[in-house]
Amino acid sequence: MRTGVRVIVEIEALTKIYEGKQRVTAVDGIDLEVQPGEIFGLLGPNGAGKTTTISIATTRTLPTSGRVRIAGVDVVAHPAEARRFIGVVPQYNTLDRSLTIYENLYYHCRYFGFSHGQARQRSEELLGQFLLLERRKAYPAQLSGGLAQRVQIARAIAHRPKVLFLDEPSAGLDPQSRLAMWKAVEELRKEGITVVLTTHYMEEADALSDRVAIVDHGRMLAIGSPQKLKETFGAQTMIHLALRQMEGAEALATGLRGQAGVQSVEVVGDGLRVFTMGGEGVLAELVHAASPLGLRDIAIAEPSLETVFIQLTGRDLRE
Amino acid sequence: MSSAENGMDRGLLVKTFCGLLLRDLRVLSRELGPFLLRVGMQPLLFLFVFTFVMPRMAGGGAMAGVGPGFGEVLLPGLMAVAIMFSGIAAVALSLSTEFGITREIDDRVMCPAPVALVAVEKIIFSALQSMLAALMVIPMAMYIPATPVYPDLHRWWLLAIVMILSSLLAGALGLVIGSSVSPKHIGLVFSIIVVPITFLGCVYYPWAYLDKIRWLQVAVLFNPIVYISEGLRSAVTPQVHSMPIWVVLPALVVFLWFLGRLGLRGFLRRVIS
Repeated sequence: MRTGVRVIVEIEALTKIYEGKQRVTAVDGIDLEVQPGEIFGLLGPNGAGKTTTISIATTRTLPTSGRVRIAGVDVVAHPAEARRFIGVVPQYNTLDRSLTIYENLYYHCRYFGFSHGQARQRSEELLGQFLLLERRKAYPAQLSGGLAQRVQIARAIAHRPKVLFLDEPSAGLDPQSRLAMWKAVEELRKEGITVVLTTHYMEEADALSDRVAIVDHGRMLAIGSPQKLKETFGAQTMIHLALRQMEGAEALATGLRGQAGVQSVEVVGDGLRVFTMGGEGVLAELVHAASPLGLRDIAIAEPSLETVFIQLTGRDLRE
Repeated sequence: MSSAENGMDRGLLVKTFCGLLLRDLRVLSRELGPFLLRVGMQPLLFLFVFTFVMPRMAGGGAMAGVGPGFGEVLLPGLMAVAIMFSGIAAVALSLSTEFGITREIDDRVMCPAPVALVAVEKIIFSALQSMLAALMVIPMAMYIPATPVYPDLHRWWLLAIVMILSSLLAGALGLVIGSSVSPKHIGLVFSIIVVPITFLGCVYYPWAYLDKIRWLQVAVLFNPIVYISEGLRSAVTPQVHSMPIWVVLPALVVFLWFLGRLGLRGFLRRVIS
């Protein structure tokens, strides 16, 4: 009935204020649109308002103002209808502890109106797809974090939602499980499921997302593909020159500032930090210019969402 | 709030409800043994001690209140306790864990139906368990006491109405407790709410006998268990004096309405922030 909806998730002027002893503005006017089939990342530090935004979009929290539509359905006016299009993987493990893995999938399908046969078929299919066949009779308490996460993703997409929300999907996962989870999310793209994920790991946002929105203090600071963000927000290659003698470092910095390709130069504790566009072209000249001061080491950091975030907020993501 | 949804697919609503019910049945089926023990142990021991052991010890003399006839008083009372306990255990205990650290309820809350449906299903499923628990008391009363107690089932329709209302009421009370008490304090609730309302719920004595202690007789009218016991008394053992049914049934409806609303509101508050 709502085929032809171009935008899957529409968030308009969304705010959420928690009144109480302390008034907390968790979300402060967020606008964004997610297109069908894309993997969209909400990147920001803890407490930036990512989880609240997802909670509102998934009908679990009521907004103070603004609106969210999922596949054209307003989540406040018609939450039950909107939930048909939504799959959710929360931060914590909410698997039904009284049911086996198979039953978690099977009954989830039944809640969404599947018949016995359909629910059984879909559950089998998911067990296969997520490599869970051997664990079908296990209970959630018997699973490792990574495995439980896989079951949660399988369960969340069991009713074939249009959009899957993943809230901090790699929180608490070991590196191996995290890679497996990334792979599972990549696979979802092939099925045409739109994914919205929150994360405070910039590598995760960078590796998975087609587009990223950077949020902080409930506000959206920037939005775009990881590549575009890096280009737009002057994420530069950072070259660290460690020097033996710091006398004359200031003069060297001044000299370098005039060089083509060099954006800015800072004097730091043990040498210079040079921000460049591209990097490689100026490297030889930097080495040449710095040698008289006893250049002892060079470190090159490629542009990343982390440097974009620092650029936008002046803070580190993990601060 | 969510009950005002237009355009909701009724067929889907029914299927969702059945899905929730099937899930609970599956979980119960796995714990059938513990369930039967939990609901059966109390009436079993009560009947054994008070209507089998004690009458023999007293030789029919010393313990006037525990003579023949006590079984008649006790049967509806124990049915009321069975209803109460299973209602509270089924809803309040399960909700306290599901709302607790694990947030297991989340997946059901995210089903494509108004959130209230999940709570209503909890009440209805607990009502089924309550009725089963109450019916289990009847054969026990027929076989355990020294003087067997046979329920009068002529007014079976009244029994059915009272049982259904009472069981839903117990589930609603369970919902109120489960959604308002933190998991840490759920054990305490049993001692400070469930035990008092049971002992002061005209379970072990008919309400009419309280006329010697007038203030108590009036005070217990605020206790919903009184109407459950008296309603069952009127249905199962009409020979024992009980409150008129035209008082009992409206009181049950009012308490069900009140506790149901309170419980639903608490549930929604816990689920939607």
